[in-house]
Amino acid sequence: MKMNNDPPQPPQHSRTGFSHSYQKDISNCGMAGLIHTRGGRIGGEVIIKAVASMRDRGNGLGGGFSAYGIYPEFRDLYAFHIMFEEASSKRNAESYLSENYTIHKSEPIPIRPLRVVSSPPLLWRYFLEVKEERMLYLFPELDERDFVMRSVMKINSEIPGAYVFSSGKDMGGFKGVGYADDIGHFYRLEEYEGYLWTAHQRFPTNTPGWWGGAHPFCLLDWSIIHNGEISSYGINKRYLEMFGYECTLFTDTEVIAYLFDLLSRRHHLPLSLICQSLASPFWKAIDRFPEDERSLYEAMRMVYGSALLNGPFAILVGHHRGLIGLTDRIKLRPLVAGIQGDFVFMASEESAIREISPQLEKVWALRAGEPLMVELEAQA
Amino acid sequence: MMKDTLPAEFFVDVDHRRCVRCKRCIQNCGFSVYSFADGIVPDHSKCVACHRCVTYCPQQAIRIEHRPLAFRQNANWSTQHILDIWRQSLAPGMLLTGMGNDLPYPILWDHLLIDACQVTNPSIDPLREPMELRTYLGKKPDLVSILKKPEGGFLLKEALPPQIRLEVPFILSAMSYGSISLNAQKAMAMTAQELGIVMNCGEGGLHKDLYPYGQNIVVQVASGRFGVHREYLNAGVGTEIKIGQGAKPGIGGHLPGEKVSLEVSQTRMIPMGTDALSPAPHHDIYSIEDLRLLIYALKEATDYKPVSVKIAAVHNVAAISSGIVRAGADILHIDGFRGGTGAAPSIIRNHVGIPIELALAAVDDRLRQEGIRNQVSLVAAGGIRSSADAAKAIALGADAVALGTAALIPFGCNVCQRCHTGNCSWGIATQKPELVRRLDPEVGAERLTNLLSSWALEIKEVLGALGINALESLRGNRERLRGIGLDSQTLEILGVKPAGR
Repeated sequence: MKMNNDPPQPPQHSRTGFSHSYQKDISNCGMAGLIHTRGGRIGGEVIIKAVASMRDRGNGLGGGFSAYGIYPEFRDLYAFHIMFEEASSKRNAESYLSENYTIHKSEPIPIRPLRVVSSPPLLWRYFLEVKEERMLYLFPELDERDFVMRSVMKINSEIPGAYVFSSGKDMGGFKGVGYADDIGHFYRLEEYEGYLWTAHQRFPTNTPGWWGGAHPFCLLDWSIIHNGEISSYGINKRYLEMFGYECTLFTDTEVIAYLFDLLSRRHHLPLSLICQSLASPFWKAIDRFPEDERSLYEAMRMVYGSALLNGPFAILVGHHRGLIGLTDRIKLRPLVAGIQGDFVFMASEESAIREISPQLEKVWALRAGEPLMVELEAQA
Repeated sequence: MMKDTLPAEFFVDVDHRRCVRCKRCIQNCGFSVYSFADGIVPDHSKCVACHRCVTYCPQQAIRIEHRPLAFRQNANWSTQHILDIWRQSLAPGMLLTGMGNDLPYPILWDHLLIDACQVTNPSIDPLREPMELRTYLGKKPDLVSILKKPEGGFLLKEALPPQIRLEVPFILSAMSYGSISLNAQKAMAMTAQELGIVMNCGEGGLHKDLYPYGQNIVVQVASGRFGVHREYLNAGVGTEIKIGQGAKPGIGGHLPGEKVSLEVSQTRMIPMGTDALSPAPHHDIYSIEDLRLLIYALKEATDYKPVSVKIAAVHNVAAISSGIVRAGADILHIDGFRGGTGAAPSIIRNHVGIPIELALAAVDDRLRQEGIRNQVSLVAAGGIRSSADAAKAIALGADAVALGTAALIPFGCNVCQRCHTGNCSWGIATQKPELVRRLDPEVGAERLTNLLSSWALEIKEVLGALGINALESLRGNRERLRGIGLDSQTLEILGVKPAGR
């Protein structure tokens, strides 16, 4: 299966530095996301219906979903969704995993073979617990999530043909080559129930569709779907490399996931400030802020200039506590939000929201660079 | 009979049918080419082709031409080699020259191409949309620590170390009072103030007339320590320790006594008419730990204003840079081997050092690998000729570029490379009052401001074409560069893909 659709190869890391010889993937897309703010569980068929209405925004070369709250019986274990291009990839990855993790469950991800979804890779999921003695032995200074992050980097960059789709707890990423709605049926998503879903219809423009390149991109709790192109990718990638993130999937969306992880988990920034580093206010606005805010935002831009996401984008970011929608600073991609009862919806097009919730109490277009952050209400 | 004169390099052609014998050429020439004997008589051998006379001849009667020396063609023995040997056989001594390396080494800027948006991402029109060129030089922490305000919102927990703010990513390079005229320095200071950037005063002290421009000045401390005192160190927004200069890595400086006028002597704090010798090394810096002492001494003396360290790009520049960052420098100023000078031995200027393109790429890479890139801002210098060069330097990893030669050309300089003679007809590289007063600081400032404003517009246009609207998204974004006609090793060092990939 590597014949025609050869995926980009992981970078060859030379002794002297990081590789610059990679092929960057770009794409333009349709997105939909929904969250039940009181944690109510929704079947996967709902989001499939929403994203199916935006087929025009894809070209059948990529589709995917992220779902939160789908593995309550394993909520304390890291759920790894991994694709393998060949049996040897699986053997190598599993030997790495069993060395470092206690594997509580390992099984193929249930699929429904479809004529329209051709040559899928091996798709497997693992429910894992970090072996503490391995972590202390290898990286005594790291915390558990750092250890998991490094495992994901290691598998993606060092085990040929193995790619981790998602690695969070009680969540999962499902993606592949095909129209999103077909991919949703392929993964039998109607059999899952979650409180937060995102879906992505992809229109890749410069590389053949590749299962690893579809959205969402997930790391730990984070899942990102993205419409647009990050024109600042080159520097975002190099910035992340300074902190041990290896961008192996060659698509600019990957850097967004890693930036959220870095700024939130390791730099302890609140989500609102993370969004405002990724799509920062203009200097002209900052200069007019009151003194306190001005020095904060000035510092943020100075320190996180290399994390600024520049170029056209709209993203939906899923995490355990909620859903975030964000566009670039001059809004070169669409993003619409709607509210109905306990549901909040976000999508590239209002029609996708109306498809699953014809009645909306409120519907509006997000403003450039201003995040919409929806948080789960405290669970009873 | 052996030769005792050298053939003239240029031929000064005065069209006597047009000449009205106004003698302006005689007045204007700083090199005493012209005399009058029943008509204008040029001494071709003295001409340096600075074109002052051509510019000011009201009749356009003067033409400067290369004087063809019809030596037998020889690919090995160039005319320059032959003339240099004659020159040194006439009198012993090093061959001196001014400005930057003029030999035809590869210029990598001309082998780098910039990307643009088509279809999948829209380009941005800088005339309609905001386009940000502001940058800050100085040490940045690894992360921003914040506090939650009780009433909501957030506060900065710890202020950042002081930074030097540049509204456009240019610095005016260190050119000392002594090597250039006070009027040239004044024009640069006015430009820096107008544009919200900084000029570096070089190692020659700071003339009292320039103190009012302190918010736009970085003061330099070099091996001669000329003009360094407490007030001087605190006059600007930062200090710079000059270790080396691209045009003359590893050697010191020499301002001949005839250029040490009363005002130069007062500013440098040396006796009038004495030679000002800057030693090759700082005699209190024999290794990196000594540099650290000086960096912190300057920080203590200036209440922790940013300290820049300027080095010449030499073979091992990446490792040296890492050491400098770890020694506490806030800004690392790297001067490539095409950087200019007021005077340097030709052998050093033409043969020592490496190109800024490679040095910059190697240093930026190394600092990233070591995870310390944020601790320092990188200033690239040495042969930036255009806004395109500047944009490419920023894409390779520079925070800003420093301009020396490019900043003098608006004053009339045409890179005749005779700065070391002190005869600059344009009033730039001279201390002769009758020449200096030709350069009106206000007019000079207007020209230089025009130039840099134009470059700023051009960089905005490039950003817009790239589909980005902030300089920090170009900085280090080598993905948006491609190499053409470069071998794979050079591409690897530059971290740039070949065109077509």
